[in-house]
Order: sequence, then structure tokens, then C-alpha cells
Amino acid sequence: MKKTLTLLLAGALGLATFAGCSSDDAASSNTIKIGINYELSGPVATYGQASLDGIKMAMEEINAAGGIKGKKIELKEYDNKSEPAEATTLATKLMTSDKVVAVLGPATSGNFKATIPIATKDKVPVISGSATADDVTVDDKGVKEYAFRTCFNDSFQGNAMANFASKKLNKTKAVMIVDSSSDYSKGLAENFKKTFTANGGTIVGEEAYVTKDTEFNPILTRIKNQDFDVIYLPGYYNEAGKIIKQARALQITAPVLGGDGFDSPVLLEQAGASALNDVYFTNHYSSLDQDPKVVKFIADFKAKYNSEPNAFHALGYDTMKFLADAIGRASAVDGESIKTALAETKDFSAVTGTFSVDGNHNPVKAIVVIGLKDGQQATSEKIES
Amino acid sequence: MSNRYARIGVQVVLLALVYGIVWALINAGVIDDYIQATMATICINIILAVSLNLITGFTGQFSLGHAGFMAIGAYTTALVTMEYPTTWGFLGGVFLGAILAAIVGFLIGLPTLRLRGDYLAIATLGMAEIIRILLLNFDFTNGAAGLSGIPSFVGWTWLFVFTVGTIVLISNFLHSSHGRASISIREDEIAAESVGINATRAKTLAFTVGAFFGAIAGGLYASYFYFIKPDLFGFLKSIDILVIVVLGGLGSLTGSIIAAILLALLQTFLQPFPELRMIIYSLALVMIMIFRPQGLMGSRELNLASLTRLTRRGRAAEGAS
Repeated sequence: MKKTLTLLLAGALGLATFAGCSSDDAASSNTIKIGINYELSGPVATYGQASLDGIKMAMEEINAAGGIKGKKIELKEYDNKSEPAEATTLATKLMTSDKVVAVLGPATSGNFKATIPIATKDKVPVISGSATADDVTVDDKGVKEYAFRTCFNDSFQGNAMANFASKKLNKTKAVMIVDSSSDYSKGLAENFKKTFTANGGTIVGEEAYVTKDTEFNPILTRIKNQDFDVIYLPGYYNEAGKIIKQARALQITAPVLGGDGFDSPVLLEQAGASALNDVYFTNHYSSLDQDPKVVKFIADFKAKYNSEPNAFHALGYDTMKFLADAIGRASAVDGESIKTALAETKDFSAVTGTFSVDGNHNPVKAIVVIGLKDGQQATSEKIES
Repeated sequence: MSNRYARIGVQVVLLALVYGIVWALINAGVIDDYIQATMATICINIILAVSLNLITGFTGQFSLGHAGFMAIGAYTTALVTMEYPTTWGFLGGVFLGAILAAIVGFLIGLPTLRLRGDYLAIATLGMAEIIRILLLNFDFTNGAAGLSGIPSFVGWTWLFVFTVGTIVLISNFLHSSHGRASISIREDEIAAESVGINATRAKTLAFTVGAFFGAIAGGLYASYFYFIKPDLFGFLKSIDILVIVVLGGLGSLTGSIIAAILLALLQTFLQPFPELRMIIYSLALVMIMIFRPQGLMGSRELNLASLTRLTRRGRAAEGAS
């Protein structure tokens, strides 16, 4: 009779030895350690990398100005491969082995949510610049004490776009084209519908597609025969670009409205400049904004990275500054005090708009509606919450 | 054979020792939360690899659907523990998920196991995709957003119990007449049938048992990592599990265990180099396949008997299965 257990033992013993040599955590007293837990590889790596670029720029500015409370910021960077289990493991590593006082990231809602139980357990705040799902900071069990974000949530975005459609564009009959495999898309659509119908409009049609679809003519042909005057398309740039292109080719000329998922140069690549007219989307900030803070941010960013910043860069930058501001006000540099300071943030002046943190740990801030003309951002309008 | 009982005795003592030492190290704070999380990944991967090895390595049925069974286990455990957040709720969820997966495995296995090779791989792949799409579209699974805030009940004790339990049960299964029948089908299905083995029955049994344990791994995953979504259980997850099995050696339980540990350690040590990580990881896989095409262990096992032979004769143990 053969058994194969010994090897397991050997393996477990090996692990135990491996455990013995874990690094010493001599916390050097002249730096403040902040964890970076972002998607640097994997399917959503562009979000993580862009956020990290913004964070690093903010960190350099803070350190150049003498740091916080006389201490420099030190970043502990890890890549979570865009996987939630990896995000959980890294949050644990950052909080227990590296002893950071706060963790920035991950960028997407799912991965961010996977780190919140660890934050609550280890009493270290986690902040995301771009986790927009409604239940990230609050759910039916109450506010998640250690989770914060610097972006608005999905329902606010859907509401704002519905108000824009019925009040600014004076539209009353909308068709929605929703990505049924994305909770982001579904969330935006639900809130758009709620507010749009409350404003006296009607949703005359709802069509669905799934991420990675490329052929939308069947959906668009069905829509074409309906009586509508606006299309709501909450989705990501890849599919949205193709849908807009195919819709314009079918002579569908109604305005197309979307969310922050449109904010990528890929939208222009997919749709082509001639199709991107009468297209509006809600976003965190606009590069057309003449606010001196935004102008300075864009100029500094171009000088450092030699490219145009997008919303993720701006949100990453704001996230770092938001944390630095709270550490500056905190009574002590530890997770508990920083959490309290974050929650008490009032009128914090950020690139993506001045905001205060509300009782649900959401920033109360303005939203920007950007209008495209021949593929370029032509108009931007701030809607206060 | 009193020798046999002595060996079992030694194994039980060794297991108890490992459990005790790790438990003591955790309580002493030497093993911190991060190392525990790595150990959880290793244990879950061991269960997945060992159960897939039963289907693919020992019975010779090429399955690409293991992530589907894992998903059933993960979602059942998550939903049950969210409703009944107690240890009993957790255990109930894990076993309910495992039984559900076994039923699905049985129902799918009956018709598809008549297929061979590539055709079976595609059929099982389709099954896993159907499970994933269903999870994506049901309301009670919360669609693409997945389930978050799953109460955690998995500590070192449950990881150890489930991992060792899986290995012992699958190892015993393989040494029973059912297991022997499975291996004979891998070697030559026609010859096996000609000596009176009911091939469909044996294959379906192996598939069902593999599904059962795959779902247990899913349950542990859901409870340890707090958050699950349908995307986690896609095609690539099935491939990840298959990589562990092939790397360790098709038809070697100890091979699967070694490979699961090695790959997790490799991933952990490469964590500080995000740019190079996937390149080094993939290169390591390519190198191993070039130099050890049969996998690290081939179809051999490493166990007490081979270890004693090794020390007694001072040379490598012969194939001891």
C-alpha cells in the first residue's frame, strides 16, 4: 500500500523554514511607508500603470517640498496581475510584512473590494482612485470603515448623464445599449433609466451585448426602426468605438451618451474621427478645464512623461495628494489616525475637482460632461452634485 | 502485513508533527499572514491539481473544465456562508458545493466521456464556459460584479484537513479496484474492456470524484479570499491547473504536490519584478518541458517506501507505483 503524504510534509516543512527567514521590519523612522497594490500586468494593466504614474508624480512633488511632517514618502510597489486573490495576498503582505500606514489601489472595483476585509482586519486604510462600483465603500451592512476613494460612483454618473440628456439636450426617448457581462455597464444603465424616467423621459428600447463582441449590426438594425432621439451606451471604449462606428454607418445620427469608460485614445482608433460627432460622456476631469490647478497638472505631467494625462493619471495623482493631506492632519502616523483624518476631509482641492468626503466615504464632487467633435474633446461642462 | 500498519503509523505521526509545528509557528508569529496566504494558495492548488490528475493523469481523460467545478464549489460555499456565517455553515457549504459539482460531473460525464482526446477536451471546456456564463447571468450570483465580503472560516486547520484528506482519499481511490480500472483505461481502453472493465463506468466515476474535490478547492478559495466573480473561473484557470498537473507529471500525485508548491514559490519570489515575472515564469515552464517532458516526477511517486529504499541502497528509487 503506497501513500504519498511524506512529500506534503517535506513541502510544509520547507515552507516553515522559508517562513523563518522573513525580512526584518526595522521601520526606519524618517520615512512614511505607503503600499502600492496596482494592476501592473494583466488585462487591466493600463489602469494600474496610469494610476501609478500619477501617484509617483504626486509623491515626487510632496517629497521635493519636504515630505509630510518632515518625513519623506517611501512607496512599496507590487503588481497584483489584475487578479483579486493576488490583490488580497498583496494587501496582507503590505500591511503585515511591510508595515505600511496606508495602501493605494487596486484600480478596479472587484480587486479593490477583495482587499477591504484585510484592511478592516489590520486597521490600515485602503484608497482607490477609480473603483466606481456603488457597493465599494458602503453596502447593506454599513460603511466600510477603512475603504476610501477619490472618484464618484456609478450611480452618480448614470444620474448625471440622465439629467444632462433631459435638461441640456432636451431628449425624451432613449435607447440603451448595455454590456450584460459588465456590472459597471449595468449599474450605469440602471441609474440612467431611473433618473431619465423620473425626468419625464421614456426608455423605448434596451439592447445587450457582451465584452469582446465585434459585430453590432443586428442590434443596431433593430434600434434603427424605433422612435428615439438619444442613445445611452455605458460601456468600455473598445466595444463602444465599434458600436458608434457601425451606428453612424447605418445613418443613426442621434447623440450617443456614455460614461468614463469612453476615456481612451482607443475610442478614436475604433470609431474614426468622422463618427465621433454628437458624442458625450461623463468623466472625472477634462483637459479643457481652465482651472489653474488643472492647467499646472497637465503642464507638469507633459514635462515629466511627455504625453497627455488621462483621467486615471489625474485620479492617481489626486489619490496620493488626498492621502498626504490626511496624513498631515492626522494626530499620529498610523492606520487608525489616518483613517479618521481621511473621513474628516473637507473641501480638498484636487485636479478632478474640489471635494469633501461624505458619510459613506464617497467624495462629493462635480462631474464633467465632455462633448466630442470629430473625435476631439470640444466642449466640457461641469455639473455640481 | 504489520509493516503496512507501521508505515501508516509513521505517516500519521509525521502529519501530526507538521500540523503541530506549523500551528506553533503561526501562534508564535513566525509565519505571518502573508506566508499563510501563500500557503492557502498552495493548498488550494494542490487539491485542484491532485483531483485533476485523477481525471487526466490516471484515467487519461483530457479535461479542460476543472475551473467549472471549482466555480460551483466557490459559489455554493459563498452563498451558504453568507446566509449562515458559522463554521457549520462553511462546512455545509463546502460539502453541498462538492456534491453539486459531483452531480454535474456525473451528468456531464455520462455523455461526454464517450468522446476521446481533443473532442473530450472541447466538450469539457464548453461545460466550464456554460457554468461561467450561468453564474454571470443569474441574479443570486450577483452577475459580473461577483460576491464580496464572504465570511472567512479557513485557517491553517481547515486547509490542512482538506488538503491531506483529499490526497489520502484520492490515493486510496487509486489503490482500490476502481482506481486500478481507471489506470488500465489510460494504458489501453480496448484491452481494459476486453478483460471485463466497464470503461464508461470507471471513467465517469473518476470524473465525478475529481469534480467533487475540485469543488472543495473552490469552496476553500471563496472562504479564504473573500471575493469571487465569474471571470476567475474562465478557461485560463483550467489551463493553470493543467499546467501544474503536466509539470508535476501526469499520473503522479506527489508530482502534482511538488509542482503546486514550486510554482507558488516561483510566483512569490518573482513578485517584486512585475515586468519580468511572466517572462521568467513562462521560460521556467518551457525549460522544464524541454528537459523533463514527462514532468518533474513522470509517473513515479515519492513516499516513505521510496525514501527508505533511497537511503538503504543509496540510489534513486525505482518506479514505485
